[in-house]
Amino acid sequence: MATPVTTTIHTSKATDMFDDFLVRAILAGIGVSLAAAPLGCFVVWRRMAYFGDATAHAAILGVAFSLAFGISIFVGTLAVALAMAITVTTLAGRGYAMDTLLGVLAHSALAFGLVAVSLQHGIRIDPMSYLFGDILAVSKSDLVVIWIGVIGVILLVIWRWQGLLTSTLNPDLAYASGIDPKREQLVLTIGLAVVVAVAIKVVGALLIGALLVIPAASARAVTKSPEAMAVGAAIIGAASACGGLWMSYTMDTPAGPSIVCVAAVFFAASNLVARIALTR
Amino acid sequence: MPVLSGASNVRLVTVKDVSVKLGGHQALNNVSMSIDKGEIVTIVGPNGSGKSTLLRCVIGAVKPEIGTVLKAANLKIGYVPQSLAIDPTLPLTAGRFLSLPHRRPSKAVADALRQAGAEDIADRPMSGLSGGQFQRVLLARALMDKPDLLILDEPTTGLDQPGSADFYTQIEQVRRETGAAVLMVSHELHVVMSASDRVVCLNGHVCCHGSPEIVASAPEYRALFGTGTHGALALYRHEHDHHHHDGDACDHDHSHLESH
Repeated sequence: MATPVTTTIHTSKATDMFDDFLVRAILAGIGVSLAAAPLGCFVVWRRMAYFGDATAHAAILGVAFSLAFGISIFVGTLAVALAMAITVTTLAGRGYAMDTLLGVLAHSALAFGLVAVSLQHGIRIDPMSYLFGDILAVSKSDLVVIWIGVIGVILLVIWRWQGLLTSTLNPDLAYASGIDPKREQLVLTIGLAVVVAVAIKVVGALLIGALLVIPAASARAVTKSPEAMAVGAAIIGAASACGGLWMSYTMDTPAGPSIVCVAAVFFAASNLVARIALTR
Repeated sequence: MPVLSGASNVRLVTVKDVSVKLGGHQALNNVSMSIDKGEIVTIVGPNGSGKSTLLRCVIGAVKPEIGTVLKAANLKIGYVPQSLAIDPTLPLTAGRFLSLPHRRPSKAVADALRQAGAEDIADRPMSGLSGGQFQRVLLARALMDKPDLLILDEPTTGLDQPGSADFYTQIEQVRRETGAAVLMVSHELHVVMSASDRVVCLNGHVCCHGSPEIVASAPEYRALFGTGTHGALALYRHEHDHHHHDGDACDHDHSHLESH
């Protein structure tokens, strides 16, 4: 009598754990996708894909700082991503050649970050988990941080939506309506830094840019308003997260890259659908 | 000729001794001007003379280094930019564009489009509009706030001659209907001369200003526009020597074309 009971408890515990890490991963993936979607739309509309990359790559430097000073990875990456984003925005306003500047800053930050991480003696960390993410290792407290960040970003974007959209179309239109486009740019910068900080564990620094751009670009082909595009990007992003995790689970592929692969398939599919609809 | 009697002295914007440096280049040098309620003021000047910079000072996009831009309390400005490059990745219908930055009921959107002469295109994507329709949608958006002052930066760039003539007629009509003052930059001297209450001739500094007649006869203005103005001047005199009806408009366009 006692033996089967023990077995049952043991099995259910194992099932719980198993359920838990996958559920946690799915919740983390969906959360990050929801926050990345509207910001990704602005990244696409403003042609600042490189900007997202630069911010994300700088996050590795943030990881190194966090380990060195014993602060939370989230705080460290957030601080460095924010610093990077503000630096880029400021320099852009002074007429530097943007793509060159971003190329220098993004890759330097990544390289310095990787070197700094390798210099941390006594701490065993695998830089791979920050480059490609470690979504299956998301803890309950990670999940709390991720979702607080996600909800914060979504509320921020909804609150500033009209001003952001006007400034994106034309800064002078914004000025004439009493909106400061520089302030809206700062809102976007802060939102991006938060998304980078919460997404580094989910898809990793190298693929955050993909999570920003690919769902938004996929939604563009099948939508007719900015709002529809943002919602579409959120749906496609969340579906990519679920699909990628399923792929990772069934085929034993790395989770972060799998999510991006599924998103890329969505991009191809939505563009194909739009083409077919157009020729009819 | 001021349209609004009694109200015509209300000052909307005063630009006083404004100097602006852009990227090391002195774009504006000690510029002063003003706009009163209901009048049409046109800024003319060669390329790089600071026309757009002056407009951008008035809307607040450029902060003057020296000098001040004073605006009447609660002044509502409708701004029509010179061009608006909408990224093809941004899906935007004309109606949605008019709801920026404030959400509008669809009736208000339809009304503004009608007033700007672009009826029934609220559901069309901005990318699918013709040049003339696009400019009218920009004008309609500027009208959404019921502005006291309409600011237009070369609003007919990219339009052909009839299209541009139509557009100026539309602006004149909007001014009549709404009583809004108009501050615009234009290259089309014959339109400027016939439709403005006052003209400011700019070349970094204010060369001359006043009624179109005064400006057209000013030596500074002639020095700037040289032979190119002869046709426009002749046309301008012609327009003002004779009262003309709609039917005469063709002759104007024709004679203008010949003068080039």
